[in-house]
Formats: sequence, C-alpha cells, structure tokens
Amino acid sequence: MTILSFDWAFVVEKLIMIAIIVFASLGIALYTTFGERKVAAILQDRPGPSRAGPFGLLQPLADGLKLIMKEEIIPTHANKWLFILGPGLAMTASLMSCAVIPWGTPIHVFGRTVELQIADINIGILYVFAVVSMGVYGIMIGGWASNNKFSLMSALRAASQAISYELAMGLALIALLMTTGSLSLKTIVEQQVTGHWWNIVYQPLGFFIFFVCAMAECNRTPFDLPEAENELNFGYHQEYSSMKLGFYLFAEYINMIMSSAIMASMYFGGYDLPFFDETTVAPNIAAMIGVGTLLIKIVLFIFLFMWIRWTIPRFRYDQLMNLGWKTMIPLALFNMLLTGALILAKL
Amino acid sequence: MSTLEILFYALSAFAIISAIMVLVSKNPIYSVLWLILVFFAISGHYVLLNAQFLAIVNIIVYAGAIMVLFLFVIMLVNVKQNSEPQKQMLVKFIGVLSGGSFLLLLVALVKQTVQLQEQNVLLKDGTIGLIHPLGKALFTDYVVPFEISSVLFLSAMVGAVIIGKK
Repeated sequence: MTILSFDWAFVVEKLIMIAIIVFASLGIALYTTFGERKVAAILQDRPGPSRAGPFGLLQPLADGLKLIMKEEIIPTHANKWLFILGPGLAMTASLMSCAVIPWGTPIHVFGRTVELQIADINIGILYVFAVVSMGVYGIMIGGWASNNKFSLMSALRAASQAISYELAMGLALIALLMTTGSLSLKTIVEQQVTGHWWNIVYQPLGFFIFFVCAMAECNRTPFDLPEAENELNFGYHQEYSSMKLGFYLFAEYINMIMSSAIMASMYFGGYDLPFFDETTVAPNIAAMIGVGTLLIKIVLFIFLFMWIRWTIPRFRYDQLMNLGWKTMIPLALFNMLLTGALILAKL
Repeated sequence: MSTLEILFYALSAFAIISAIMVLVSKNPIYSVLWLILVFFAISGHYVLLNAQFLAIVNIIVYAGAIMVLFLFVIMLVNVKQNSEPQKQMLVKFIGVLSGGSFLLLLVALVKQTVQLQEQNVLLKDGTIGLIHPLGKALFTDYVVPFEISSVLFLSAMVGAVIIGKK
C-alpha cells in the first residue's frame, strides 16, 4: 500500500491552520460589521450601536442571530439550485484567497517547524487573482437565478466592473513583480523584512492603483454600483433573505480583510515590525509579534476603506467605466514603463 | 496505485463527466457552469504535471474571463430552455457524420501512442512548468513566435477599440 505514504502530521497541521484562519476571518468579519457601524456613527456625529452589551459589543452577534432566525424565501420562478449556489460560491471564493497569505515567521511546536502560511506556492499572487475572478460567479449566478430584472442588471454591472478593474490591478502588479522578481507572497514579504525599505517606497503609484482597484473589486463605495439602492432597489442580492443574504454581505467583509492582508503583505512589509530586529527574541515570540503586526496593518487598511466609504459619494456608472479604462489602465501602463526604465537605468 | 494515479483517474473522470454534462444540459447556463468545472479539472491535471503557472493561467483566462463573457451573452440574450430551433434531419445526419469521423481520428491518434506506453518521460528536475524556466524558454528560444502572437493580440485590441468608438 503506497496510497497512504505521506506525512499525516503535515496534513493535520495544515487542516488546523485552515480551521484557525477560516474561523478567525469569520470572527474578524463579524466584528468588522460592528466597526463599520461605529466608524459611520463617529463620522456622522452620532453614537452608533450601543444597546447590546457594553459599548454595543454584542451587536454583531444579535445581527447574526437575526439573520439566521429570519424566514428563508426562495422566489417561485427563481432557479432553485443556482439561487442556493450563488451565496455559497461568493463565500467560498472570498475565503479561498487566505491560502497564500503569510501570517508570520515559522513557529516551533512539539519539535516541528510550522509555517504560518497554508500554502507557499510558486505562483502565489496569480492564485489570488484566479480566486478573485471566481468571486464574480457568485454574484452573477445569484443575480441571474433570482429571476429579477434589477438583480440581473446589478449582477452584470458587478461583473463588468470586476473585469475592468482586474486589468489595471494586474498591470499595477506587474510593476511590483518586476522589482521583486518573485510571485510568491512569502518571498516578497521576506525581501521586505531583510531589505531596507518596504515596497511602497519603490512603488507608490503602483500601490495607489492597486488600492483603488481593490476597492472596486470589493464593491465598496465609491464603487458600490452593484448595490446602488436608488436605481437598482438593493442590487444583486435583492431577492435573498435570511443567512443567504448574510453570506453575500459577509463575503464582502471577508474580501475586504483579504485584500487588506494582501496589500499589507505586498507593499507594507507584511508581518514585518519596523525598527525591530526579530532575531533578538525567541522564534515563537517573534512569530506572535509578526502576526500581531500584520493584524494591526489589516485593521488600519479596513479603517481606511470605511473612512473612504463614509466620506465620498458613489460614482455614476459611466464615470466608473471611464475611470477604470481611461485613467487607471494608462496610469498603470505608465507606472510599468517607468519601473522598467528605472530598473534598466540602475543596471 | 499511488496517490498520483488516484488523483489522475479522479480528475479524468471528473473532467469527462463534466464535459458530458456540458453537452446534455438543456439550459445553456448550466452548460457554461459545467464547462467551468471542466477547466478546473484540466487545471488539476496541469498541477499534477507540476505546471503551476499553466494551471493558474488556465483558470484566470478560461474559467475567469472567457466564461464570464459567455455567461454575459447568455444572460443578456436570455436563451430559453426550448427556444433552440429544431434542426432538420439532413443537418443532424451531417453532424453525426462529421462528429463520428473526428472521433475516429482521435481514436487513431490514441492508438498510435501504444508504442509510447513503455517509455518514461524525461523530466530532468521537474521544474520545467514553473515560471522561471517557462519565462526563459519564452523569451530566448521562442521569442519570435511569442512576439508575433503578441502583435496579433495587439491588432485584435486595436480593432476592438475602433469598433467600440463607432
């Protein structure tokens, strides 16, 4: 029997990692909804949720319970299977991108060296891209299966928006990859830990383009055209109720967390705490400091997302497309050429 | 059977069943979704060959971009389940004939590989499908065909922009 001839401890280790990361992302997403409401409240000069628990801290649990307890309605003429598949796909796709994010330096448990990353694959960044492009299906299938004109319109908007901004995002990424010479997120972070500067110093314009595109990919204001209430009622999840609606809303928050983690890893040093030499402390403590640093960076990015959402109004649809195709893509191409010229000049 | 063989047969079965479902599904949306699964199975095969880059590009380009456009068109024209016009007997007959002869061709090709069965593939160190060797091969040995195909894509893009501006 050679079927079972692989390292089972390795499998168990990876399964535990996946469980921890998935549940942690769900937990953080739960409290991001709370953060969103509190940030909105502060920006609009009102108290925000404050009744459930101390400072309203139990509010997300109450919201979740409400979503689960609500009656589940599937419209009569909806395509039942695809209607159920839609939110599931959206959720799966947004959770899958966490597989290649390096969360910290390796830790030592029971004599084993455990990497704090689910998979260090040769093509890390491209994997994230593939998963992001899968996320569009969740929205498209859900919108179409609802058998509602507004849902379909909004799903088509979401898909065309995602495709348009994926292009500029890819071009911004190429410039970064030209400087790092590797697609593996782990290698990119390690270069920033050992090198002098974070990648943001070398790629400020690239980061700006990537950030704008990430906002568009997450369907956040000012790019939340798929959910434009005043034209499309509620958007692609209009016919959804109960936890299926919850899945769509949750997937958006998880997307936000994952894109924050990816931006932090690619441009802001990942788990690297600046002005601190990790080799001076024990490896396990260094790893924990790394995880904490990355989490703080993620929270800062999420705050930035929220700040922008509650400050800037949403674009008109033609403005969105013009920005994507006529501003972002030429800008990203210019950034790519500039990076190439600088690399050549240095040689 | 090794793990590799089990994975190979599972992925192959997955690919073939999905491909059959593409053909027998009455609803074109289902066909597109099954086709996406076929691409995933093929990407799985690429991963088994340690061609990670090819696997992921297959998913990004085919499953991610082209199939979204397919879905777009089908959703917008709203093809109903039974609105497909019934074809005439003669057209059906010609279809069966051409499909059958193509199958014959494929079977003949498969039969020719019998002599290769005993031979092993020389993989060197197994990194041939990774990005660095692939990029080196594309930009040194195959640079002319690579550039010619990029010019082809450029002309297609320029054409699309001109049509879009009208």
